[in-house]
Order: sequence, then structure tokens, then C-alpha cells
Amino acid sequence: MATAEKQKSDVMLDYLIPQKKFPSVWCPGCGNGIVMGAFIRAVDKLEYDRNDIAMVSGIGCTSRMPVYLDFNSLHTMHGRALAFATGVKFAQPKMKVVVITGDGDALAIGGNHFIHACRRNIDITCILINNHTYGMTGGQGSPTTPSDAISTTTPFGNVEKHFDPCDLAKSAGASYVARGTVYHYPQLEKIITAALEHKGFSLVEVISNCHTYYGRLNKKGDAPAMLDMFKDLSVTKAKAKNMEQEELENKFVIGKMHEDNVKTEFCDEYKKIIDKQKG
Amino acid sequence: MANKKKKLLQGNGACVEGAIYSGMTFYAGYPITPSTEIAEGCARLLPKMGGRFIQMEDEIASIAAIIGASVTGRKALTGTSGPGYSLMQESIGYAYMTETPIVIINVQRGGPSTGLPTKVGQADTMQARWGTHGDYNAIAIAPSTVGECLTETIRAFNLAERFRTPVTVLLDEVMGHMREIIEVPEKGDHEVFNRVKPTASHEEFEAFEMTENLVSPMASYGDGYRYNVTGLTHDTRGFSTNRTDESIQKLDKLFYKIENYKDEIFKSRVELVEDADVVFISYGTVSRAALQAMQIARKAGAKVGSIQLYTIWPFDYDMIKKATANCKTVVVAEMNMGQICHEVKKVLDPSKKLETVQRYDGEIITPMELLEKLEEVL
Repeated sequence: MATAEKQKSDVMLDYLIPQKKFPSVWCPGCGNGIVMGAFIRAVDKLEYDRNDIAMVSGIGCTSRMPVYLDFNSLHTMHGRALAFATGVKFAQPKMKVVVITGDGDALAIGGNHFIHACRRNIDITCILINNHTYGMTGGQGSPTTPSDAISTTTPFGNVEKHFDPCDLAKSAGASYVARGTVYHYPQLEKIITAALEHKGFSLVEVISNCHTYYGRLNKKGDAPAMLDMFKDLSVTKAKAKNMEQEELENKFVIGKMHEDNVKTEFCDEYKKIIDKQKG
Repeated sequence: MANKKKKLLQGNGACVEGAIYSGMTFYAGYPITPSTEIAEGCARLLPKMGGRFIQMEDEIASIAAIIGASVTGRKALTGTSGPGYSLMQESIGYAYMTETPIVIINVQRGGPSTGLPTKVGQADTMQARWGTHGDYNAIAIAPSTVGECLTETIRAFNLAERFRTPVTVLLDEVMGHMREIIEVPEKGDHEVFNRVKPTASHEEFEAFEMTENLVSPMASYGDGYRYNVTGLTHDTRGFSTNRTDESIQKLDKLFYKIENYKDEIFKSRVELVEDADVVFISYGTVSRAALQAMQIARKAGAKVGSIQLYTIWPFDYDMIKKATANCKTVVVAEMNMGQICHEVKKVLDPSKKLETVQRYDGEIITPMELLEKLEEVL
């Protein structure tokens, strides 16, 4: 359906579910909308048949995204999206399975499923919107809340260390790993497109703003101020190579972190067993 | 009748055969005693027929995966035991809410917690009805022979597909591991029910439409009916709702689609209750002992009857009331500290005596113990 003439806004409207009563549950200025836009345009550009797309999510603000989109949408349980998605993909490998998740959903309650989906290298694209907090429940600390940051459950500063989702995914076995931010839109669309086209488990971590809770509690300003902050704190992969670890403290390294096109994919490997056993 | 093919199987193995007979092509599970042979059987057999087996990272992931598989149109199974069944409870609720057919085989052991992993128990009977939070209606069934493990698994899939709901098959360690020679059914011997698919146009399709029997036709992902599945209370199109009228409609649908057809779900074996002074009530492995005790007692001239429940949930209160109408004493025998005896008590005429035989030490109830109880009450 991609046409050169199609206006950007038309593309969005084309993929939004007409029956669902808008507005969305997201606060004005939420980064989720930017990620949704990038995802829709990537899907449109790739000309996927939307009947073959299953969008699976868990619980949280981010996880509401599939509900607004005209795909096969599976809005599941807190933390379990990747486990449901594994069932969908393995049962029906022709489907393009996309998991949309947040930092609490994917890395706290869903941490086990996250590393095992990476380990299997099953052909699922996981878009992890990292806003460093639990937005839906009102701004509690998450596994990506930076040390010393204020949240409603770390009112005197976070004494814990945070996960780096990209490092975690890479070491667990994911074969495509990239990080973007909601400020760097063109790059975001590009890496989501690359992740969708990649065969194997792909992770796109998107640094996003929850100005309503994380921003307010940590005096980071409103949505535009937080986007500016992402701009200032981001360092490209190429530039980061020549920087010291200390200099990269509290910075976001963005771009493609890892790609392995040789590693075998789970469903393909199982298909070989079926072919052999069926004889 | 031509001689049927015979096989020496464990109860767990017979469940696998029954599931495959039903058309199950997807299994996800996690190793746990005493159910593991179900997973091992599926790992071996499914690829040979083009099916899929996956060992997930835990039981939560296992049941999530089979729900995902079911949504794509496959009949899907998982097997587990007490601790795993506890972990699965939230997802079982998701399957109730999203009306996704799945079958769970719970090979019960002693509990609570890790309990007696290699020993027998029936203490998850109430959990099979009330395990997940919220209001819903549950179906749980219990076989008592290896042959019934096969046929009741077929029935479990038929009920799951017909009512679009999760169904639990309650085995116990003895049932799962006991070996018996069974007849292997051929195609056509047993009815196999497949979920009703939608015929509406894509525009008019409502994923959770209110139908006469309250079961909505189920589209598979990839069929072209794009729709939303959510664990949130939802309207007939599958979109979440906070409206009181739509919330009531949804919960009533979940409850009454089973309640209205419970007569077709009930299954029991009622023996010699008409003239009985004492009636045993039991299910699963214990029913074997109850039937044997009844036969021994009858030979000795004692008037004893037996009620064996195949369908545990929904509970057949009317049948219990009728079948105990003539007796003086009811003996509920179960391998727990008393679960089904409370259901019996709800409908038992106050003039009748309610006795129990309970074991929760990891050993089975023997015919001898039941005969001792008879001596006491007769």
C-alpha cells in the first residue's frame, strides 16, 4: 500500500483501528506515539501483509500499543509477552511476530522470558520502550531506573544498579540489537525496519520520555525538554568506540550494537527436525 | 469386531495418545515430577507428525506459549504437577477471559509447596475450580484407568474446543505412572470436536459476539480476521471496557456458556445405589479402590453402592442428591484433607450420615481401608 504520494498522516490513519474509541491512554507528549509512528511507517514501507502480523504485548503504558493498531493483536499478561509470542511464532512461523514492551514488563517480571527468547534466537522483533520507570502504576523504580534517580518507590534515590537491555540481549544470544531514542526519529525508523527484516531475535531498545512521572520526579522538564536531553546525552556507536568508559557514564550509545546473520533461527532448526522425522 | 491394536502404556503416555488423537499439534511444558513423561512423549511424537514441541523456561512461559499457539488455530497442551499448576494460575485466568481453548494435565502429587514430589495426592481438586482470581466457570475431569486417561483427554479437548475454555485433566502420581494394556482407538472410534470458525465477513466479524450458546466462533491469527485479544474485560469486539453493562455481559458469558450446558459436561459412573445402605463417592485413582471395595462388600451381602465422578467441575449436585436418596450413609474418599466432601455436604439430605476416608500421607487409599470404614458404619 506504500505510495510515494501518501501523506505521512494518512499512513498513520490507515493502520489505526477505526472502531476503537480514541484518545489513547497515553499522556500528551508521550514518546510511545513516536515509536508507534516509526513502527507503522516501517511496516508500511516493507509492504507486509497486515494479516500476517501478530503484535504481542504485556502490561504497561507501552503494552497498550497493539490495541490501537490494525493487526492481529495479543495484549497479554504482565511480563509474559515474549512467552506468548514464542507460542504464536512457533505455532505459525509464517507470521511476523512483533513484541512491544516496556522496561518493567520486559526486564523485571519478564526478565526470564527475555533472556530465553534471546537465547533461542527465535524470529521475533522486540521493541522495548525504555522510559526508566513504571508509568501506568505511577512512577515506581524499574530495572532501568538509573542509580540515585527518584521514583515513588525510591523517594530518597535509587540504591540499585540498572540493566543495559542491549548488553543483556547480546550476551543472552539475540542476533540483532540496536538502540535508538524518540528524539532521533529517522534513525529509529531505520533500525526498526532493519530489525523487522532481520531473521532471528531482534531487539530495538528505544530511550523514551515519561515526563509525567520520571521527568517530573527528577526535574527533567516537560516532553520537549526530555527529548532535548536525549539529544544531548546520545552518542553514536562510532563515536563511543573512541571514548573512555567514564565518559560514557549516563550517556545513551545509539545505533546498531550487534548483528549476527550466521546464527541459526529456532523455528528453522525445528523444521529440519520435523522434515527428518516425518521422513 | 476386528481386534484393536493394543499397547502397554502409562497414564501419562495414554494422555499423550489421547491428545494426538484429538488433533493436538502443539505442546509447551517444563519438566516436573510426576508429569514429565507427557512432555517426553510429546517431544518424541510431535515432530513425526509435523507438530511442535517446545520446552519453555518455566511453567508460566509454557502455558503462555500454548495460549499463543491456540490463538493461531492449533490444539495445544501442557502437562504439569502442583507447583507448576500454581504458577500457571494467572495464565489460566487469561485463557478464561480470552476464551482460548487449551488443555492442562495436572498429575497431582502431595502438597503444599514442593510437598511429596514422587507421591500421590488429590489436593488440587479445589484449585482446579478456584485457582485463578476473579469470577469464572471451570471444567475439570478425572480419569481412573490408563484407558480413560486416553479417552478423557480426548473429552478434555472436545470440551475445550466446544466451549472455548481451558480444561484441566486431573491425574495423580499413581494414575500417571501406572501401566495398563489399553486398546488404541482408530479414526472414527471417538468424536473429535473442532472449534467453530467464523463465517461472517471481515467487516461484520465480532471476535466475542454474543451467540445463542454464548460461544463465539473463533478466528485464527493469519485467517484475515484481524482482532484484539486482551485479558482486560472487553466488549464483543475485543476492546477493553469499563462499562458496567459490558462487564456484566462478559462475565455472564464466561459463566453461563458452561452453566447452561452442564448436563452435557457431567459424566459419572453410578453403581448399585438403588438399594445401597452405604454409597462411596470418589474420583480418579480412588475410584478403583471404591469399586473393588463395593464388589467385595456386595459378595459378603452388604448393600454398598458407588458414585464415581469423571467430571469434577462443574459439580453435579443434582446427581449426588438423587443417587444418595435411598442410602443411609455416604463415604467420600479422597486423597486430601477434605475437598469434594464439602460439595457433597452442600446437597446431602441432613438425615444421611456423611463419612470420609482421607489420606494425605502420599499413599493411595486401598480397598481394605474402605472396607474397614464400611465395617465401622454398617
